[in-house]
Amino acid sequence: MNLELILLLLIMLAGTGGELCVARAMQATGPAEELRPRALIRLIVRALQNGWMWLGLLLMAVGFFSLLEMLSLENVSFVIPVTALSYGFGALGGKFFLREQVTRKRWAGVLLVCFGVGLVLIGHR
Amino acid sequence: MKKSFGDLSKTYLFLALMVILGPLGNVLLGKGMKRIGATASWNPNELVHFLAQLMGSGFIWLGVGCLLAFFAAYMLVLSWADYSYVQPASAVAYAVVALLGHFFLGEVVTPLRWMGVFIICLGVLVVGNTPPRTNEFQG
Repeated sequence: MNLELILLLLIMLAGTGGELCVARAMQATGPAEELRPRALIRLIVRALQNGWMWLGLLLMAVGFFSLLEMLSLENVSFVIPVTALSYGFGALGGKFFLREQVTRKRWAGVLLVCFGVGLVLIGHR
Repeated sequence: MKKSFGDLSKTYLFLALMVILGPLGNVLLGKGMKRIGATASWNPNELVHFLAQLMGSGFIWLGVGCLLAFFAAYMLVLSWADYSYVQPASAVAYAVVALLGHFFLGEVVTPLRWMGVFIICLGVLVVGNTPPRTNEFQG
């Protein structure tokens, strides 16, 4: 496997996988009931005691540095499909890892977002 | 404030904070880093000098502050809504960046990019029409 392919997989799997782990930690922490600063700090401290949160932060960091490395390479066009596809990967993770109900309507919205993000990134260059 | 918001209003409010704070934090960090410039070597003296410049940059502090606030908002939104709802909904940030670039920085936004922004907004409207939370909380 060449370096670009490894980075591509890391950006998508580690970046979105990290966000999924953070989501799992917040799911286990439970909903924020109050918006007072003290209650919010308590919620964040409780979330930080969950192992998924630390795994998520670690994976997000790996994804971020992989993206930086990818951007420093010459072939930046790789980043476009990866960024767009991460929305599809996120919806799959939501369905199978977080047991969310990803209905056909939500899938339709996710696909539109994928397509739109792809166009924005192509149009930016 | 704590009881007057419904769950949905809270979710929308903090999603709005996310799509503003995230891009803002990135722009501020980018501006700060451009002013400082890249490190030329791994020489300890130069690294210390580089770190001192980082710590002394208002843009860097503001950028880090925005990104920390972004992450706190992200955690809160995820405590109320599905990841498969939050992730596509936060793509509105691309529209915010295009609009800010066009109206405040005078950037040229290509028709293709506007089309992308329009399709993202359409997708977010469709996702926004689904119930934000669909699963039970797990311990």
